[in-house]
Amino acid sequence: MPMDKRYRILVAKPGLDGHDRGAKVVARALRDAGFEVIYSGLHQTAEQIVEAAIQEDVDHIGLSILSGAHMTLVPKVLELLEQNQASDIKVTVGGIIPEEDGEELKKAGVVGVFGPGTPTDDLVDFLKSSLGVEE
Amino acid sequence: MEDAIGELIERLFKGDRRALARAISIVEDGAPGSSRIMSSIYGKCGGAHIIGFTGPPGAGKSTIVDRVARHLRKMDKTIGIVAVDPTSPFSGGAILGDRIRMHEIAMDPAIFIRSMGTRGHLGGLARATGDVIRLMDAFGKDYVLVETVGAGQSEVDIVESAHTTVIVEMPGLGDDIQAIKAGILEIGDLFVVNKADREGIDKTVAELGTMLDLREWKDKEWKPPIIPAVAKEDKGVAEAVEVIRQHMEYLTQSGKLDVIVTKRLVEDYHELTRDLLWEQVLKGSKATEVKRLEDEVRSKKKDPYSAAEELVKSFDQ
Repeated sequence: MPMDKRYRILVAKPGLDGHDRGAKVVARALRDAGFEVIYSGLHQTAEQIVEAAIQEDVDHIGLSILSGAHMTLVPKVLELLEQNQASDIKVTVGGIIPEEDGEELKKAGVVGVFGPGTPTDDLVDFLKSSLGVEE
Repeated sequence: MEDAIGELIERLFKGDRRALARAISIVEDGAPGSSRIMSSIYGKCGGAHIIGFTGPPGAGKSTIVDRVARHLRKMDKTIGIVAVDPTSPFSGGAILGDRIRMHEIAMDPAIFIRSMGTRGHLGGLARATGDVIRLMDAFGKDYVLVETVGAGQSEVDIVESAHTTVIVEMPGLGDDIQAIKAGILEIGDLFVVNKADREGIDKTVAELGTMLDLREWKDKEWKPPIIPAVAKEDKGVAEAVEVIRQHMEYLTQSGKLDVIVTKRLVEDYHELTRDLLWEQVLKGSKATEVKRLEDEVRSKKKDPYSAAEELVKSFDQ
């Protein structure tokens, strides 16, 4: 059988905010870069996100948060990944994240934090190098 | 490295859902170990009732699958769901969004949902969908529900994988001549006309009924029922689940189930042999010959038919 590896990414919107334009733009850009994107839809709990990541066996999770609740939602996702022995799945956060919060999230284990206006190419390049995608 | 694949298979049999998820990826990617995984689990397949859901985009396949799963859970059944979405023909990427309509059941530990991109395969399923169904079957799921890509007329692969095929339609799509063309309407064991609260429902149900009556049905032959439904409001879903159960009873009692299962075993054997033979050829002594002829086809010095014949003849020498 021919080898046909595709990298899979869960794009998820945790919490209460209902603005998913950013997440959709990112999902589309990742699709166009050859990724398989599992899109969760709005209002996901951390539990739902981690369960989806496990069942879908994703290589990476992208969380989009604009509500300001990132300091509670993101650590919860990281904690649940660890509880499920799934810390090999890395997490990137996008949205409105103040710089000092971003630094703290990185210390907690998030590999990338991206704010509004990030060119999607930068995000694609970041993910490709983070996942070791060979071109 | 130790025997990682062996360990994975063991965990899979113990009911570890991460092992199932990993095994699916390996098989889907055709990664090393995939043949070993499939041959180890093959003997444990056969326990699940496999139900396919197909129909045009927007008819409500995901919502129907979600609702059917909830009814089956009330009967204490375990469920695997495989949801297939199209892969971009340009980038090879995909956006898989069927989970969006399955949030409420996604946290149920008795339900395992997996999304797949078609990865260039036509016919409504991905190449590896059959293997993913087998993995869920071997994992011990009572039912495997398979949602195809939004299908038009010829995406009929699902009949090769499912025991029961449900066609999800909705009112207001095309005239009655669409309904008598060959294709997906021929493969339905059950028609669910979703969004039955919309205008045109009576006409659609009547047209499907006429289409089915254009042929003669023998005594005791399964004639596909037509069920109007409003999946969002759970209307018609219990009826659909009951018909699905009756269809399995029909397959068992009529002996058709044995025929289907045996036919598929032989087909699997043929297909795998073809794949393995080709792999062997690519690795074998004629590898350079394969390459040479491929170059000639590419530069249009030879047509693909002559090149294939020449390659096969070269094995006699």
